[in-house]
Amino acid sequence: MSLDFNLGAFNDYFRNETFRDDFTYANSPAGIRRFPFPFDRDDYMYSVNMEPHVPGRKGSVFEHAFDVDEHYVSEMIDRAKVLASDPLRCQSLPHMTLAGWDLLELIMEAKARDYPQWFTLTKDGNRWHWINRPLGIDHHFTFLDDSTLPYGPFEYITRQTQGDFTLQDERDNDLWMDAGMVTSQADWSLDFDIGMSFMEWHAPVPLAHEKGIFDRALKFLLKLQHGAPVRRFNWTMTVNPLLDTAPETYPVWGPTKTSLTPENLGQKQHLRVELQALFRLPRSNAIAFSIRCYLGRFEELVTIPKWGRRLHRVIRDINPDVAAYKGFLRNRDAMVAWLAGYDDGAPTSPGFWPED
Amino acid sequence: MSKTAFPPAIKSRPVYGVLEPRPGAVHLVVADGEGAGAVTDMLAKAADRAGMLAAMHIIYTPGPNGTDQTAMLAALGAKQCYRAPTIPTLLPRLTRVLSDAHMGTQFYLAGTEGLIGQAERDIMATGFPHHDIQKEHRGSTVRRVQCVHCKGITENVATDPFVCSHCGLSLFVRDHYSRRIAAFQGVNIDAEDPGQVPPPVVRFT
Repeated sequence: MSLDFNLGAFNDYFRNETFRDDFTYANSPAGIRRFPFPFDRDDYMYSVNMEPHVPGRKGSVFEHAFDVDEHYVSEMIDRAKVLASDPLRCQSLPHMTLAGWDLLELIMEAKARDYPQWFTLTKDGNRWHWINRPLGIDHHFTFLDDSTLPYGPFEYITRQTQGDFTLQDERDNDLWMDAGMVTSQADWSLDFDIGMSFMEWHAPVPLAHEKGIFDRALKFLLKLQHGAPVRRFNWTMTVNPLLDTAPETYPVWGPTKTSLTPENLGQKQHLRVELQALFRLPRSNAIAFSIRCYLGRFEELVTIPKWGRRLHRVIRDINPDVAAYKGFLRNRDAMVAWLAGYDDGAPTSPGFWPED
Repeated sequence: MSKTAFPPAIKSRPVYGVLEPRPGAVHLVVADGEGAGAVTDMLAKAADRAGMLAAMHIIYTPGPNGTDQTAMLAALGAKQCYRAPTIPTLLPRLTRVLSDAHMGTQFYLAGTEGLIGQAERDIMATGFPHHDIQKEHRGSTVRRVQCVHCKGITENVATDPFVCSHCGLSLFVRDHYSRRIAAFQGVNIDAEDPGQVPPPVVRFT
């Protein structure tokens, strides 16, 4: 049994694009309008900013628990390429297998419910039948029997799901990152951080510890209940639509940060938004953390006038420590200069929706 | 010499205490270099020093700076006292001893971060939580650093930046620390501007 993709169906919807080499990734006009612009006001500072992960506006990235968009197939191909070149990007400590099955169940049930045209899950006791039409997968397997899948359950399902995932074990009143599928990360190393406690893996983040943000976030997450997931945004900046900004390959992609000019900035510079969601898992009591990355080219984002104005103000006024940690301090002034052309000084409405 | 004082740092960077005698069926001591002094200071505080020594196994190796206080430890009269020439030769013995460790074993780690971190890693692998392992830093502050790019570990790093002993990239040394790897993280310093490597500065002695 393998997990080879057998593509062909639904090519009219899923874009054929790349996140490397020639970087053909782009958002369609509809994709731009549903982009999860993360700023609900004209300035930014760290906050816990968590809210219930309940179904949101129709057509938005909040409509379903696991958003499947026009980039799905190409993202899964990119993930397979990353894993082929570096298998350490997916790791699971031995005690996390049950949590992996929990996540597989959560995702399969959600996708089959929310996108029946693409995914079908049929159960006969523990004998399950999974069909993933966009990737051309049709598997029968036995739930909770690792030997019936071509990968462990965590790797199997996250090779078919957009976004990075980590699984947190709960012990000693703390959360331990004991498994991860990490191929579209904002410059952090799963291989280094796996096994760390909540405070340890967040240790490098500036300012937020002093504000008590991680203390409050951990306290909140330890109370997370099954069936009541939560979500928040995070964001950074990336030159080129490169999903895999890994520290492992930093010498390869780092030099692109020096490639921006006033002429190419709008085309090369991307706002990188993470829609993060947290789910308590029923059998293992672990917490699944999904980190879904959306890339929006500056040229695309400023087609929404409110976003052009607001992005200019946020980047112009950001704390330099935050810009440095997020890795764009060297290009901040160039971004502000480019964005200034899209800020006429008009007031912006509260909230992040494009036109409210 | 007493406990090393470190400046404040991020939360993944280990912090060290002062060894205190605790009641236990077995007292397993793993130390290097100046860590021997932490062991003798701890024993000086013991209410039943003779009883503690009768149940003590000391595993010791000289420090990365050459400090060798084997004679001082051997003279204590512990039930077992072993000198390994290096940390890599110390670890297999530790693993074997841990396979017999039962509830009621007390762990005392003292010396440099490389020794403490690797011993802690191997003790944690038996299921023992790290916060119940006593650790006191003494002696050299050179670091054990993992290259995030090639995954190679360079021992006894004194300068920042330094050259990875495996892949040859120039790395800057972060305070971010992995207990599972028992190492700090090293990241390529000239990734964005290839060739522009600042001169190395001795940060760890």
